[in-house]
Amino acid sequence: MNIDLHGFGPALAAGTLMTVKLALSALCLGLVLGLLGALAKTSPFKPLRWIGGTYSTIVRGVPELLWVLFIYFGSVALMSQLGDLLGLPGLELSAFAAGVIALGLCFGAYATEVFRGALLAIPKGHREAGLALGLSKGRIFSKLVLPQMWRIALPGLGNLFMILMKDTALVSVIGLEEIMRQAQNGVTTTKEPFTFYMVAAMIYLGLTILAMTGMHFMEKRAGRGFARANS
Amino acid sequence: MNWDVIIKWLPRLAEGATLTLELLAISVIVGLIVALPLGIARSSRLWYVRALPYGYIFFFRGTPLLVQLFLVYYGLAQFEVVKTSALWPYLRDPFWCTALTMTLHTAAYIAEILRGSLQAIPRGEIEAARALGMSRATAMLHIMLPRAARIGLPAYSNEVILMLKASALASTVTLLDITGMARTIIARTYMPVEIFFAAGVFYLVISFVLVQAFKLLERWLRVDAAQGR
Repeated sequence: MNIDLHGFGPALAAGTLMTVKLALSALCLGLVLGLLGALAKTSPFKPLRWIGGTYSTIVRGVPELLWVLFIYFGSVALMSQLGDLLGLPGLELSAFAAGVIALGLCFGAYATEVFRGALLAIPKGHREAGLALGLSKGRIFSKLVLPQMWRIALPGLGNLFMILMKDTALVSVIGLEEIMRQAQNGVTTTKEPFTFYMVAAMIYLGLTILAMTGMHFMEKRAGRGFARANS
Repeated sequence: MNWDVIIKWLPRLAEGATLTLELLAISVIVGLIVALPLGIARSSRLWYVRALPYGYIFFFRGTPLLVQLFLVYYGLAQFEVVKTSALWPYLRDPFWCTALTMTLHTAAYIAEILRGSLQAIPRGEIEAARALGMSRATAMLHIMLPRAARIGLPAYSNEVILMLKASALASTVTLLDITGMARTIIARTYMPVEIFFAAGVFYLVISFVLVQAFKLLERWLRVDAAQGR
């Protein structure tokens, strides 16, 4: 194995940066979707509950790769119509945007369940205490429920983020220049597939370790003040 | 939505579904067999027994399936030894490469499930088996593994659904599974929305059937009753 990777080192580094950007952007979208999904699923209104349930069931039942392809290729007609409407001919979704939407959608569907679990784990008395103190519904959610949900949801979200980071490799299929794509470029020139894909695997492993360490500290911080029961 | 197109191409998508199901069946069944020794070794108390499966599981869970698939399908051809070996006709074939990669991948996850299940068995039950004079191997075979199977079954069914979705990656190495078939049809018809929608419905139906089948299996194995301590 060559260490210098035939000069493809910088390209792979740029790919790594792209992967991280993609993962973090999809995470932001996914967290918002997950929170909305969980609120919809626990709402007292039946139509909202139905929307939340359908969203998480359907998105979780279809492969991530299919979502990536569907959003990238399926949006072409829609976007060009939208482009004509706005007077911007040739409007289309970039590979990055399609990747963020697809991965965010999938992350959000799983996060819906994680957030719902956390939402249900918060004692009813806390909400009632908020009501008794005269807080509005929005404030009860943002100041009382949300901060407590964080601690409970964090381990589940950490797992999902790990899955999300590995799923970013799928976006290489629609041509985004992330780790996998850069490795493929390297393979085309040098004809050393094992070397390049192994390096890509090692980068993903490194990112996973990094994310695991980050999660460990975040969980520790979120759990401060809570004694762990000795079993 | 153009329903005629969907109906016209439905038989081809069904063809793809059989390939998806073949890949899924091979990987989760062989994966389970591979995972047995891995999971048992992983839950060993001796660090040198634990180390190898730990490394295996760490690699396969820490890297994307796509990378693993490309390593096997494209990567192995870099070595002359592989090209001249007797296995080359299989390792050249995208089907066997995908089946192999998916098996190795899911084996790592199943081994981890198995470890969790083995460790969740109440200690008293294992001690009871040993007190009755069973050897370690007998206790493992007759007490611990059946018990772990019941504890781990719900997690295993999740893993099967995840592998169903992971099998879509087969389309990246030219295989015509549901996703691959959909991409081929779209290249011909330019109707991405309709065909991807139909492909998605196929996956939803398969996962629904699998979930129901596992529910039946759980009832048959009385998983609920076994959870009570």
